[in-house]
Amino acid sequence: MTRQLTCIGCPMGCQLTATIENGVVTTVTGNTCKRGDDYARKECVAPMRTITGTVRMADGRVISVRTRTDVPKAKMFDVADAFNKARPAAPLHIGDVVIADVCGTGVDVVATANRE
Amino acid sequence: MKKVQLAIVGGGPAGLAAAIAAREAGLQDILIIERGEALGGILGQCIHAGFGLHTFGQELTGPEYAQRFIDRVEDMKIPYLLGTMVLDINENKVLTVTGRETGLIQIQAEAIVLAMGCRERPRGALNIPGTRPAGIYSAGTAQRLVNLEGYLPGRDVVILGSGDIGLIMARRMTLEGAKVHAVAEVMPYSGGLKRNIVQCLDDFNIPLLLSTTVVDIQGQGHIESVTLAKVDGRRKPIPGTEQVIPCDTLLLSVGLLPENELSLSAGVALDGVTGGPVVGDDLSTSLPGVFACGNVLHVHDLVDFVSEEAGRAGRSAAEYVLHRRSAGRTVALRGKNGVRYTVPQHIDADAMADTVTVRFRVGQPYRGAALCAWAGDKLLRRIPKRILTPGEMESFPIRKADIPADCDTITFTVEEAAQ
Repeated sequence: MTRQLTCIGCPMGCQLTATIENGVVTTVTGNTCKRGDDYARKECVAPMRTITGTVRMADGRVISVRTRTDVPKAKMFDVADAFNKARPAAPLHIGDVVIADVCGTGVDVVATANRE
Repeated sequence: MKKVQLAIVGGGPAGLAAAIAAREAGLQDILIIERGEALGGILGQCIHAGFGLHTFGQELTGPEYAQRFIDRVEDMKIPYLLGTMVLDINENKVLTVTGRETGLIQIQAEAIVLAMGCRERPRGALNIPGTRPAGIYSAGTAQRLVNLEGYLPGRDVVILGSGDIGLIMARRMTLEGAKVHAVAEVMPYSGGLKRNIVQCLDDFNIPLLLSTTVVDIQGQGHIESVTLAKVDGRRKPIPGTEQVIPCDTLLLSVGLLPENELSLSAGVALDGVTGGPVVGDDLSTSLPGVFACGNVLHVHDLVDFVSEEAGRAGRSAAEYVLHRRSAGRTVALRGKNGVRYTVPQHIDADAMADTVTVRFRVGQPYRGAALCAWAGDKLLRRIPKRILTPGEMESFPIRKADIPADCDTITFTVEEAAQ
Protein backbone atom coordinates (compact mmCIF):
# COMPACT_ATOMS: atom_id res chain seq x y z
CA MET A 1 0.00 0.00 0.00
CA THR A 2 1.22 3.52 -0.70
CA ARG A 3 0.12 6.79 0.79
CA GLN A 4 0.54 10.35 -0.47
CA LEU A 5 1.19 13.12 2.04
CA THR A 6 2.51 16.68 2.22
CA CYS A 7 5.55 17.23 4.41
CA ILE A 8 5.15 19.95 7.05
CA GLY A 9 8.85 20.17 7.96
CA CYS A 10 9.32 23.48 6.10
CA PRO A 11 7.56 25.68 3.50
CA MET A 12 8.81 23.42 0.65
CA GLY A 13 5.85 21.13 1.26
CA CYS A 14 7.41 18.12 -0.48
CA GLN A 15 4.84 15.65 -1.86
CA LEU A 16 5.83 12.39 -0.17
CA THR A 17 4.93 8.85 -1.16
CA ALA A 18 5.21 6.30 1.63
CA THR A 19 5.07 2.56 1.00
CA ILE A 20 3.51 0.68 3.89
CA GLU A 21 3.76 -3.07 4.36
CA ASN A 22 2.17 -4.81 7.36
CA GLY A 23 1.81 -1.53 9.21
CA VAL A 24 5.45 -0.59 8.73
CA VAL A 25 6.74 2.15 6.43
CA THR A 26 9.32 0.51 4.17
CA THR A 27 10.24 3.37 1.82
CA VAL A 28 9.63 7.10 1.54
CA THR A 29 10.14 8.95 -1.74
CA GLY A 30 9.63 12.55 -2.82
CA ASN A 31 11.38 14.01 0.22
CA THR A 32 14.37 16.31 -0.25
CA CYS A 33 15.74 16.00 3.27
CA LYS A 34 15.69 13.69 6.27
CA ARG A 35 12.84 15.56 7.94
CA GLY A 36 10.49 14.35 5.20
CA ASP A 37 11.48 10.75 5.84
CA ASP A 38 10.97 11.09 9.61
CA TYR A 39 7.64 12.85 9.18
CA ALA A 40 6.22 10.23 6.79
CA ARG A 41 7.27 7.33 9.01
CA LYS A 42 5.57 8.79 12.08
CA GLU A 43 2.55 10.23 10.28
CA CYS A 44 1.69 6.95 8.51
CA VAL A 45 1.95 4.73 11.56
CA ALA A 46 1.04 6.83 14.59
CA PRO A 47 -0.10 10.35 13.68
CA MET A 48 -0.28 12.62 16.74
CA ARG A 49 -1.76 16.09 17.30
CA THR A 50 -1.91 18.63 20.13
CA ILE A 51 -5.60 19.50 20.54
CA THR A 52 -6.59 22.97 21.73
CA GLY A 53 -10.04 24.35 22.44
CA THR A 54 -12.21 25.99 25.05
CA VAL A 55 -14.12 24.76 28.08
CA ARG A 56 -17.15 26.40 29.68
CA MET A 57 -16.47 26.86 33.40
CA ALA A 58 -19.09 26.18 36.13
CA ASP A 59 -19.58 29.94 36.50
CA GLY A 60 -20.28 30.36 32.76
CA ARG A 61 -16.93 31.87 31.76
CA VAL A 62 -14.90 30.43 28.91
CA ILE A 63 -11.29 29.27 29.35
CA SER A 64 -8.83 28.02 26.72
CA VAL A 65 -7.31 24.56 27.18
CA ARG A 66 -4.88 22.17 25.49
CA THR A 67 -3.79 18.58 25.69
CA ARG A 68 -0.52 18.81 27.62
CA THR A 69 1.28 16.82 24.90
CA ASP A 70 0.11 15.41 21.58
CA VAL A 71 -2.52 12.65 21.46
CA PRO A 72 -3.45 10.18 18.69
CA LYS A 73 -4.97 12.03 15.75
CA ALA A 74 -7.86 9.53 15.66
CA LYS A 75 -9.01 10.85 19.06
CA MET A 76 -9.39 14.48 17.92
CA PHE A 77 -13.19 14.57 17.90
CA ASP A 78 -13.48 12.54 21.13
CA VAL A 79 -11.19 15.02 22.88
CA ALA A 80 -13.21 17.95 21.47
CA ASP A 81 -16.38 16.32 22.87
CA ALA A 82 -14.70 15.95 26.25
CA PHE A 83 -13.88 19.68 26.19
CA ASN A 84 -17.58 20.41 25.69
CA LYS A 85 -18.70 18.21 28.61
CA ALA A 86 -16.26 19.51 31.23
CA ARG A 87 -17.47 22.17 33.69
CA PRO A 88 -14.42 23.03 35.86
CA ALA A 89 -14.64 25.46 38.74
CA ALA A 90 -12.58 28.61 39.25
CA PRO A 91 -9.85 29.45 40.00
CA LEU A 92 -7.81 27.96 37.17
CA HIS A 93 -4.26 28.85 36.19
CA ILE A 94 -2.00 28.00 33.26
CA GLY A 95 -1.03 24.33 33.57
CA ASP A 96 -3.84 23.34 35.98
CA VAL A 97 -5.45 20.01 35.06
CA VAL A 98 -8.98 20.50 33.69
CA ILE A 99 -9.56 16.89 32.53
CA ALA A 100 -7.26 14.10 33.74
CA ASP A 101 -6.32 11.33 31.29
CA VAL A 102 -8.63 12.56 28.53
CA CYS A 103 -10.33 9.75 26.55
CA GLY A 104 -7.93 7.16 27.92
CA THR A 105 -4.94 8.72 26.16
CA GLY A 106 -2.96 9.08 29.37
CA VAL A 107 -2.64 12.79 28.59
CA ASP A 108 -4.16 15.54 30.75
CA VAL A 109 -6.06 18.53 29.43
CA VAL A 110 -4.67 21.69 31.05
CA ALA A 111 -5.70 25.33 31.21
CA THR A 112 -3.79 27.75 28.96
CA ALA A 113 -5.11 30.92 30.60
CA ASN A 114 -5.72 32.25 34.11
CA ARG A 115 -9.24 32.68 35.57
CA GLU A 116 -9.42 33.84 39.20
CA MET B 1 0.10 67.95 31.82
CA LYS B 2 1.09 64.44 32.86
CA LYS B 3 4.62 63.65 31.72
CA VAL B 4 6.20 60.28 30.99
CA GLN B 5 9.61 59.32 29.62
CA LEU B 6 8.29 56.52 27.38
CA ALA B 7 4.70 55.99 26.28
CA ILE B 8 3.96 52.65 24.59
CA VAL B 9 0.79 52.61 22.50
CA GLY B 10 -0.60 49.08 22.61
CA GLY B 11 -0.22 46.26 25.17
CA GLY B 12 0.01 43.33 22.77
CA PRO B 13 3.11 41.22 22.19
CA ALA B 14 5.00 44.15 20.62
CA GLY B 15 4.16 46.66 23.36
CA LEU B 16 4.96 44.20 26.15
CA ALA B 17 8.36 43.21 24.71
CA ALA B 18 9.23 46.86 24.05
CA ALA B 19 8.37 47.81 27.64
CA ILE B 20 10.45 44.97 29.11
CA ALA B 21 13.46 45.80 26.93
CA ALA B 22 13.25 49.53 27.72
CA ARG B 23 13.19 48.79 31.46
CA GLU B 24 16.11 46.38 31.12
CA ALA B 25 17.99 49.17 29.33
CA GLY B 26 17.59 51.32 32.41
CA LEU B 27 14.49 53.39 31.71
CA GLN B 28 12.23 53.74 34.76
CA ASP B 29 9.32 55.94 33.69
CA ILE B 30 7.31 53.83 31.23
CA LEU B 31 3.56 53.71 30.58
CA ILE B 32 1.76 51.11 28.43
CA ILE B 33 -1.60 52.31 27.10
CA GLU B 34 -3.92 49.47 26.03
CA ARG B 35 -7.33 49.87 24.40
CA GLY B 36 -8.62 46.40 25.33
CA GLU B 37 -9.57 44.99 28.72
CA ALA B 38 -6.46 42.83 29.10
CA LEU B 39 -2.79 42.85 28.16
CA GLY B 40 -1.62 40.40 25.51
CA GLY B 41 -3.43 41.73 22.45
CA ILE B 42 -4.58 39.30 19.80
CA LEU B 43 -2.68 36.39 21.43
CA GLY B 44 -5.54 36.01 23.92
CA GLN B 45 -7.82 34.61 21.22
CA CYS B 46 -5.10 32.61 19.40
CA ILE B 47 -5.63 29.53 21.56
CA HIS B 48 -3.92 27.12 19.13
CA ALA B 49 -0.37 25.89 19.70
CA GLY B 50 2.72 26.88 17.72
CA PHE B 51 3.94 30.07 19.39
CA GLY B 52 7.36 30.47 20.96
CA LEU B 53 9.44 27.85 19.14
CA HIS B 54 12.16 30.43 18.43
CA THR B 55 11.93 32.31 21.74
CA PHE B 56 11.32 29.52 24.26
CA GLY B 57 12.11 26.36 22.29
CA GLN B 58 8.64 24.94 22.92
CA GLU B 59 5.22 25.16 21.32
CA LEU B 60 2.99 27.37 23.43
CA THR B 61 -0.56 28.55 22.82
CA GLY B 62 -1.14 32.28 22.32
CA PRO B 63 -2.39 32.96 25.87
CA GLU B 64 0.55 31.03 27.35
CA TYR B 65 3.06 32.96 25.25
CA ALA B 66 1.46 36.29 26.19
CA GLN B 67 1.36 35.44 29.89
CA ARG B 68 5.16 35.00 30.04
CA PHE B 69 5.55 38.62 28.92
CA ILE B 70 2.66 39.89 31.07
CA ASP B 71 4.29 38.24 34.11
CA ARG B 72 7.58 40.03 33.34
CA VAL B 73 5.78 43.38 33.05
CA GLU B 74 4.02 42.74 36.38
CA ASP B 75 7.27 41.64 38.07
CA MET B 76 9.04 44.77 36.81
CA LYS B 77 6.09 46.86 38.02
CA ILE B 78 5.79 48.64 34.68
CA PRO B 79 2.60 50.75 34.83
CA TYR B 80 -0.16 50.16 32.30
CA LEU B 81 -3.64 51.44 31.58
CA LEU B 82 -6.41 49.12 30.30
CA GLY B 83 -9.61 50.13 28.51
CA THR B 84 -7.77 53.29 27.57
CA MET B 85 -7.51 54.60 24.04
CA VAL B 86 -5.02 56.95 22.47
CA LEU B 87 -7.09 59.29 20.29
CA ASP B 88 -4.29 61.41 18.90
CA ILE B 89 -0.53 61.87 18.88
CA ASN B 90 0.85 65.21 17.72
CA GLU B 91 4.27 66.14 16.35
CA ASN B 92 5.39 67.30 19.82
CA LYS B 93 4.76 63.79 21.19
CA VAL B 94 1.68 64.83 23.16
CA LEU B 95 -0.80 61.95 23.40
CA THR B 96 -4.51 62.64 23.80
CA VAL B 97 -5.92 59.74 25.78
CA THR B 98 -9.35 58.71 26.99
CA GLY B 99 -10.42 55.95 29.36
CA ARG B 100 -12.68 55.18 32.27
CA GLU B 101 -9.91 55.69 34.85
CA THR B 102 -8.21 58.64 33.24
CA GLY B 103 -11.02 60.58 31.64
CA LEU B 104 -9.82 62.72 28.75
CA ILE B 105 -6.20 63.66 29.43
CA GLN B 106 -3.04 64.66 27.61
CA ILE B 107 0.35 63.06 28.23
CA GLN B 108 3.67 64.59 27.19
CA ALA B 109 6.09 61.80 26.26
CA GLU B 110 9.84 62.09 25.67
CA ALA B 111 9.72 58.97 23.50
CA ILE B 112 6.91 56.88 22.05
CA VAL B 113 6.82 53.27 20.85
CA LEU B 114 4.04 52.65 18.33
CA ALA B 115 2.75 49.10 18.86
CA MET B 116 -0.89 49.31 17.73
CA GLY B 117 -0.85 46.13 15.65
CA CYS B 118 -3.02 45.58 12.61
CA ARG B 119 -6.61 44.87 11.69
CA GLU B 120 -8.31 42.65 9.16
CA ARG B 121 -9.24 43.68 5.64
CA PRO B 122 -13.07 43.90 5.66
CA ARG B 123 -15.68 42.84 3.10
CA GLY B 124 -16.08 46.43 1.98
CA ALA B 125 -12.50 46.39 0.66
CA LEU B 126 -13.16 43.36 -1.57
CA ASN B 127 -16.00 44.54 -3.82
CA ILE B 128 -17.90 41.24 -3.62
CA PRO B 129 -21.30 41.68 -5.28
CA GLY B 130 -24.51 40.39 -3.73
CA THR B 131 -26.71 41.18 -0.76
CA ARG B 132 -25.57 42.47 2.63
CA PRO B 133 -26.89 39.77 4.98
CA ALA B 134 -25.81 38.79 8.50
CA GLY B 135 -23.47 35.82 8.81
CA ILE B 136 -20.38 37.34 7.18
CA TYR B 137 -17.43 37.70 9.55
CA SER B 138 -13.75 38.36 9.32
CA ALA B 139 -11.90 35.22 10.45
CA GLY B 140 -10.54 37.05 13.49
CA THR B 141 -14.01 38.16 14.57
CA ALA B 142 -15.20 34.56 14.39
CA GLN B 143 -12.10 33.53 16.35
CA ARG B 144 -12.98 36.00 19.07
CA LEU B 145 -16.62 34.82 19.22
CA VAL B 146 -15.65 31.15 19.45
CA ASN B 147 -12.56 31.31 21.64
CA LEU B 148 -13.28 34.18 24.03
CA GLU B 149 -17.04 34.52 24.13
CA GLY B 150 -18.02 30.89 23.60
CA TYR B 151 -20.39 31.32 20.63
CA LEU B 152 -20.32 29.36 17.36
CA PRO B 153 -21.26 31.82 14.57
CA GLY B 154 -22.70 29.12 12.29
CA ARG B 155 -22.71 25.47 11.22
CA ASP B 156 -22.23 25.55 7.43
CA VAL B 157 -19.16 27.57 6.64
CA VAL B 158 -17.32 28.81 3.56
CA ILE B 159 -14.00 30.59 4.02
CA LEU B 160 -12.64 33.11 1.52
CA GLY B 161 -8.87 33.50 1.68
CA SER B 162 -6.31 30.97 2.84
CA GLY B 163 -4.46 33.15 5.31
CA ASP B 164 -3.43 31.45 8.52
CA ILE B 165 -6.31 32.80 10.62
CA GLY B 166 -8.81 31.38 8.13
CA LEU B 167 -7.07 27.99 8.14
CA ILE B 168 -6.94 27.91 11.94
CA MET B 169 -10.66 28.76 12.10
CA ALA B 170 -11.51 26.00 9.60
CA ARG B 171 -10.11 23.45 12.08
CA ARG B 172 -11.53 25.18 15.14
CA MET B 173 -15.10 25.34 13.80
CA THR B 174 -14.89 21.76 12.51
CA LEU B 175 -13.88 20.51 15.97
CA GLU B 176 -16.81 22.48 17.42
CA GLY B 177 -19.22 20.62 15.13
CA ALA B 178 -19.53 22.94 12.13
CA LYS B 179 -19.10 21.77 8.52
CA VAL B 180 -16.54 23.78 6.57
CA HIS B 181 -17.46 23.23 2.93
CA ALA B 182 -14.48 24.89 1.26
CA VAL B 183 -11.65 27.39 1.55
CA ALA B 184 -11.44 29.53 -1.61
CA GLU B 185 -8.18 31.29 -2.49
CA VAL B 186 -8.00 33.75 -5.39
CA MET B 187 -4.26 33.22 -5.88
CA PRO B 188 -2.83 30.03 -7.44
CA TYR B 189 -1.03 29.32 -4.14
CA SER B 190 -1.95 29.67 -0.46
CA GLY B 191 -0.64 32.49 1.70
CA GLY B 192 -0.85 30.22 4.74
CA LEU B 193 1.84 28.08 6.33
CA LYS B 194 2.17 24.54 4.88
CA ARG B 195 1.75 23.05 8.32
CA ASN B 196 -1.62 24.80 8.70
CA ILE B 197 -2.84 23.55 5.32
CA VAL B 198 -2.04 19.98 6.30
CA GLN B 199 -3.21 20.08 9.92
CA CYS B 200 -6.23 22.39 9.52
CA LEU B 201 -7.59 21.39 6.08
CA ASP B 202 -6.18 18.02 4.95
CA ASP B 203 -6.74 16.45 8.39
CA PHE B 204 -10.47 17.17 8.02
CA ASN B 205 -10.80 16.69 4.24
CA ILE B 206 -11.66 20.36 3.74
CA PRO B 207 -11.07 21.30 0.07
CA LEU B 208 -8.69 24.17 -0.70
CA LEU B 209 -9.89 25.68 -3.98
CA LEU B 210 -7.03 27.67 -5.54
CA SER B 211 -7.59 30.35 -8.21
CA THR B 212 -11.17 30.57 -6.91
CA THR B 213 -13.12 33.43 -5.41
CA VAL B 214 -16.59 34.42 -4.21
CA VAL B 215 -18.48 36.17 -7.02
CA ASP B 216 -21.91 36.47 -5.37
CA ILE B 217 -23.52 36.32 -1.95
CA GLN B 218 -27.18 35.33 -1.62
CA GLY B 219 -29.64 35.73 1.23
CA GLN B 220 -31.96 38.34 2.69
CA GLY B 221 -31.52 38.96 6.41
CA HIS B 222 -29.09 36.04 6.83
CA ILE B 223 -26.62 34.60 4.32
CA GLU B 224 -28.04 31.52 2.52
CA SER B 225 -25.37 30.67 -0.06
CA VAL B 226 -22.34 31.95 -1.91
CA THR B 227 -21.35 31.54 -5.55
CA LEU B 228 -17.74 30.52 -6.18
CA ALA B 229 -15.99 30.78 -9.56
CA LYS B 230 -12.56 29.96 -10.92
CA VAL B 231 -10.41 32.96 -11.92
CA ASP B 232 -7.93 33.38 -14.76
CA GLY B 233 -4.31 34.51 -14.56
CA ARG B 234 -5.45 38.10 -14.12
CA ARG B 235 -7.82 37.13 -11.28
CA LYS B 236 -10.93 37.68 -13.45
CA PRO B 237 -13.78 35.18 -12.87
CA ILE B 238 -14.17 32.65 -15.71
CA PRO B 239 -17.84 32.46 -16.90
CA GLY B 240 -19.31 28.98 -16.72
CA THR B 241 -17.22 27.87 -13.69
CA GLU B 242 -19.68 29.11 -11.08
CA GLN B 243 -20.89 26.80 -8.31
CA VAL B 244 -23.38 27.70 -5.57
CA ILE B 245 -22.59 26.48 -2.04
CA PRO B 246 -25.36 26.74 0.58
CA CYS B 247 -23.97 28.10 3.87
CA ASP B 248 -24.95 30.12 6.93
CA THR B 249 -21.52 31.65 7.50
CA LEU B 250 -18.85 33.24 5.30
CA LEU B 251 -15.47 33.93 6.90
CA LEU B 252 -13.04 36.37 5.30
CA SER B 253 -9.33 35.75 5.78
CA VAL B 254 -8.04 38.13 3.15
CA GLY B 255 -5.18 40.06 4.63
CA LEU B 256 -4.12 42.29 7.50
CA LEU B 257 -3.58 46.05 7.44
CA PRO B 258 -1.24 47.86 9.86
CA GLU B 259 -3.29 50.30 11.94
CA ASN B 260 -1.48 53.61 11.49
CA GLU B 261 -4.06 56.38 12.00
CA LEU B 262 -2.12 57.62 15.05
CA SER B 263 1.19 57.50 13.17
CA LEU B 264 -0.36 59.64 10.45
CA SER B 265 -1.76 62.15 12.92
CA ALA B 266 1.73 62.53 14.39
CA GLY B 267 3.15 63.14 10.92
CA VAL B 268 5.17 59.90 10.76
CA ALA B 269 6.12 58.96 7.17
CA LEU B 270 4.61 55.66 6.00
CA ASP B 271 5.87 53.09 3.49
CA GLY B 272 3.43 52.56 0.61
CA VAL B 273 4.13 48.81 0.43
CA THR B 274 4.11 47.77 4.11
CA GLY B 275 1.50 50.31 5.19
CA GLY B 276 3.68 50.91 8.26
CA PRO B 277 6.17 53.62 9.24
CA VAL B 278 9.47 54.08 7.40
CA VAL B 279 12.13 53.16 9.99
CA GLY B 280 15.89 53.02 10.48
CA ASP B 281 17.94 50.17 11.93
CA ASP B 282 17.00 51.33 15.47
CA LEU B 283 13.31 51.26 14.40
CA SER B 284 13.11 55.05 14.69
CA THR B 285 10.45 56.66 12.53
CA SER B 286 10.72 59.95 10.65
CA LEU B 287 9.64 61.78 13.85
CA PRO B 288 12.58 61.88 16.31
CA GLY B 289 11.85 59.93 19.49
CA VAL B 290 9.03 57.88 17.93
CA PHE B 291 9.72 54.19 17.29
CA ALA B 292 7.60 51.41 15.76
CA CYS B 293 7.50 47.61 16.05
CA GLY B 294 5.26 44.60 15.52
CA ASN B 295 2.33 44.42 13.14
CA VAL B 296 1.88 48.18 13.02
CA LEU B 297 5.29 48.29 11.34
CA HIS B 298 4.74 45.37 8.95
CA VAL B 299 2.56 42.29 9.22
CA HIS B 300 4.47 39.34 10.71
CA ASP B 301 3.66 35.64 10.59
CA LEU B 302 5.59 34.63 13.73
CA VAL B 303 5.11 36.36 17.08
CA ASP B 304 8.65 35.36 18.03
CA PHE B 305 9.96 37.85 15.46
CA VAL B 306 7.57 40.50 16.80
CA SER B 307 8.99 40.08 20.30
CA GLU B 308 12.57 40.29 19.03
CA GLU B 309 11.84 43.35 16.89
CA ALA B 310 9.92 45.05 19.70
CA GLY B 311 12.85 44.46 22.06
CA ARG B 312 15.01 46.41 19.65
CA ALA B 313 12.44 49.26 19.53
CA GLY B 314 12.26 49.35 23.34
CA ARG B 315 16.06 49.48 23.71
CA SER B 316 16.27 52.22 21.07
CA ALA B 317 13.60 54.27 22.83
CA ALA B 318 15.45 53.93 26.15
CA GLU B 319 18.70 54.93 24.47
CA TYR B 320 16.97 57.96 22.92
CA VAL B 321 15.80 59.18 26.34
CA LEU B 322 18.96 58.35 28.32
CA HIS B 323 21.72 59.29 25.86
CA ARG B 324 20.87 60.08 22.28
CA ARG B 325 22.92 58.27 19.71
CA SER B 326 24.81 60.52 17.32
CA ALA B 327 23.72 60.26 13.72
CA GLY B 328 26.15 58.96 11.13
CA ARG B 329 26.00 58.02 7.47
CA THR B 330 22.56 56.94 6.21
CA VAL B 331 22.42 54.00 3.81
CA ALA B 332 19.08 53.37 2.09
CA LEU B 333 17.77 49.79 1.76
CA ARG B 334 15.74 48.87 -1.32
CA GLY B 335 13.91 45.78 -2.53
CA LYS B 336 13.97 44.92 -6.25
CA ASN B 337 13.39 41.94 -8.57
CA GLY B 338 10.98 40.04 -6.36
CA VAL B 339 11.81 41.62 -2.98
CA ARG B 340 8.73 43.73 -2.29
CA TYR B 341 10.03 45.94 0.52
CA THR B 342 12.54 46.02 3.36
CA VAL B 343 12.21 46.78 7.07
CA PRO B 344 14.16 48.77 8.08
CA GLN B 345 14.08 51.06 5.06
CA HIS B 346 17.45 52.64 5.95
CA ILE B 347 20.35 52.02 8.30
CA ASP B 348 22.97 54.18 9.95
CA ALA B 349 26.25 52.69 8.73
CA ASP B 350 28.19 54.26 11.64
CA ALA B 351 25.84 53.90 14.61
CA MET B 352 24.27 50.54 13.69
CA ALA B 353 24.90 47.33 15.65
CA ASP B 354 27.53 44.94 14.24
CA THR B 355 24.75 42.98 12.55
CA VAL B 356 21.26 44.22 11.64
CA THR B 357 18.53 41.82 10.54
CA VAL B 358 16.67 43.12 7.51
CA ARG B 359 13.21 41.59 7.01
CA PHE B 360 11.10 41.47 3.85
CA ARG B 361 8.70 39.40 1.78
CA VAL B 362 8.96 38.18 -1.79
CA GLY B 363 6.21 38.79 -4.35
CA GLN B 364 5.66 35.20 -5.54
CA PRO B 365 6.89 31.65 -4.74
CA TYR B 366 10.42 30.71 -5.93
CA ARG B 367 12.25 27.38 -5.80
CA GLY B 368 16.01 26.97 -5.84
CA ALA B 369 16.57 30.73 -5.81
CA ALA B 370 18.93 32.93 -3.79
CA LEU B 371 18.57 36.21 -1.93
CA CYS B 372 21.27 38.77 -2.70
CA ALA B 373 22.34 42.09 -1.18
CA TRP B 374 24.11 44.51 -3.52
CA ALA B 375 26.00 47.77 -3.00
CA GLY B 376 25.79 49.07 -6.55
CA ASP B 377 27.20 46.19 -8.63
CA LYS B 378 29.17 44.74 -5.71
CA LEU B 379 27.60 41.62 -4.21
CA LEU B 380 27.71 41.95 -0.40
CA ARG B 381 26.13 38.62 0.45
CA ARG B 382 24.25 35.82 -1.28
CA ILE B 383 22.03 33.40 0.65
CA PRO B 384 20.74 30.34 -1.27
CA LYS B 385 17.09 29.49 -0.58
CA ARG B 386 15.46 26.20 -1.48
CA ILE B 387 12.07 27.85 -1.22
CA LEU B 388 10.74 31.40 -0.97
CA THR B 389 7.03 32.13 -0.53
CA PRO B 390 5.11 35.38 0.05
CA GLY B 391 3.60 33.87 3.21
CA GLU B 392 6.95 33.57 4.98
CA MET B 393 8.89 36.64 6.04
CA GLU B 394 12.60 36.44 5.17
CA SER B 395 15.42 37.54 7.48
CA PHE B 396 18.68 38.78 5.94
CA PRO B 397 21.51 39.73 8.31
CA ILE B 398 23.65 42.67 7.15
CA ARG B 399 27.07 43.06 8.79
CA LYS B 400 28.33 46.56 9.48
CA ALA B 401 31.84 45.47 8.44
CA ASP B 402 30.57 44.46 4.98
CA ILE B 403 29.18 47.88 4.03
CA PRO B 404 31.60 49.76 1.72
CA ALA B 405 32.54 53.31 2.75
CA ASP B 406 31.16 54.83 -0.47
CA CYS B 407 27.85 52.93 -0.36
CA ASP B 408 24.63 54.95 -0.13
CA THR B 409 22.11 52.23 -1.10
CA ILE B 410 21.92 48.47 -0.52
CA THR B 411 19.57 46.65 -2.88
CA PHE B 412 18.03 43.27 -2.04
CA THR B 413 17.03 40.99 -4.92
CA VAL B 414 15.85 37.47 -5.68
CA GLU B 415 18.24 35.63 -7.99
CA GLU B 416 16.08 33.10 -9.82
CA ALA B 417 17.29 29.60 -10.55
CA ALA B 418 18.65 29.07 -14.06
CA GLN B 419 16.04 27.43 -16.30
